[in-house]
Amino acid sequence: MVTEKDVEHIAGLADIGINKDELGTFTGQFNAILDYFDLLDRVEGDAVITRDLTNVMREDEITPSLSHDDILKNAGAHEDGFIRAPRVM
Amino acid sequence: MAEHTIQFEPDDRCHAFLTICKKPVHGNGALAGIPVAVKDNISTQGIETTCASKILKGYVPPYDAHVVTLLKLSGAAIAGKTNMDEFGMGTTTENSGFFPTTNPHDPTRVPGGSSGGSAAAVAAGMVPLALGTDTGGSIRCPAAFCGCVGLKPTYGRVSRYGLIAYANSLEQIGPLAGNVTDVSRLMQVIAGYDPRDTTSYDRPYAHTPEADIAGLKMGIPEEYFGAGVDPAVAASVHRAIDQLEALGATPVPCSIPSMAYALAAYYVICTSEASSNLARFDGVRYGLPADTKKSWHDAYREVRRAGFGTEVRRRIMLGTFALSSGYYGKYYAKAQVARENIKKDFTRILSDVDVIVGPTMPTIAFKLGEKADPLSMYLSDILTVPANLAGIPAISVPCGKVQGMPVGLQVMGRPFEDERVIDVAFAYEQAVRS
Repeated sequence: MVTEKDVEHIAGLADIGINKDELGTFTGQFNAILDYFDLLDRVEGDAVITRDLTNVMREDEITPSLSHDDILKNAGAHEDGFIRAPRVM
Repeated sequence: MAEHTIQFEPDDRCHAFLTICKKPVHGNGALAGIPVAVKDNISTQGIETTCASKILKGYVPPYDAHVVTLLKLSGAAIAGKTNMDEFGMGTTTENSGFFPTTNPHDPTRVPGGSSGGSAAAVAAGMVPLALGTDTGGSIRCPAAFCGCVGLKPTYGRVSRYGLIAYANSLEQIGPLAGNVTDVSRLMQVIAGYDPRDTTSYDRPYAHTPEADIAGLKMGIPEEYFGAGVDPAVAASVHRAIDQLEALGATPVPCSIPSMAYALAAYYVICTSEASSNLARFDGVRYGLPADTKKSWHDAYREVRRAGFGTEVRRRIMLGTFALSSGYYGKYYAKAQVARENIKKDFTRILSDVDVIVGPTMPTIAFKLGEKADPLSMYLSDILTVPANLAGIPAISVPCGKVQGMPVGLQVMGRPFEDERVIDVAFAYEQAVRS
């Protein structure tokens, strides 16, 4: 059972942005979906997965890349050839 | 390469397209001058690519997805970008951030999803070929609902380079068309090795469909005809199975016990992968711009609240929850165990039989607005998600109608035996068309 407070916490972790008036609906839907997910409690076995998989590596070769201009075209804001981002610190 | 142009001005009354290219250029090759519709989560250089999300409105990719490069090399004309559930998250195309697409057979019904625009464009006769993507049924569901053919290839057979990722371990790009032969033609163009996708296999596809299925063994899983499957849909599929039997295939009853956990496992895995993949949409490098005067978290949250639709935000939060400390073992780890069990069940059954057949969807196309509750929409994916969890090829081919709406027959096969599922679908199609 998750509460509105839990959903608010998750929304914060995911940086999803949530309005107070949405919390009730999301919480109700979450509980219905998580109730369904509880089926997985009946799955036998451990979290340890052994799969027949191998990593795919390649040489670090320099290949043609996108131009500076092409990269900046889709950025919201840029200055002196750099992409401008919101303040982090 | 681009020496010619075609005129492409379709009467798009079902709102299949987000972008229409009225005078697309094309070169020479196997698909010379053929208009091909491309789902809007596949990058097209110089053509807006939004994943039907407001957060990517105005984004014009500076490069082509590998499949688009291959289409251009084959002479195809990129006719436009098709509508979809935002980022592929949905079963109806109603979750598009812009507008819903309607079913060409009935404008009060959905085309299925998430590749609803591609299927509707094909079914309405606007294009002969289209590309979709299938994470949990997103090619096969709309193919079934719209009455066209759609293939989810074996995982790794088609490069995902340039596909805007939703759930990497599940999704594949694949062909949609009006008939099996055309699906096969498009598969010839898009399959093959690409070093830019590390999950790509060197298994090109050079097959021409063959209708001879005499001696083939087809597994009929009881779970595909159980509770929740509309009896009229099941009856339609049983008639198709009788037809395949008349062509010389032998039905073999079977059971997939792990199916009970497939849907829960699928939704835990896809939302978990989505929560990580969609973190990149921050309004800095592309898409809806973040307010750079605000602090990082405030700006980030504001862009994501404004840009993502409700279903996308719900899935990002569900995935974040499933991966969060204290819940990882209960959800994500168990879902991976369930996924392994499903793989094992399919491997076991497909060592006895050549293909597995059943309905693609449990019902005909829903009415617009019918699946307003998210869980009830998720439950409708029950018959398509197992193939994605197992990584196996699966095709949907039309098999009759119920209440005037198309029904899809699903054929699943062993990994890298896309040729065989295509042959079975082709044999059925030829038998009912003759």
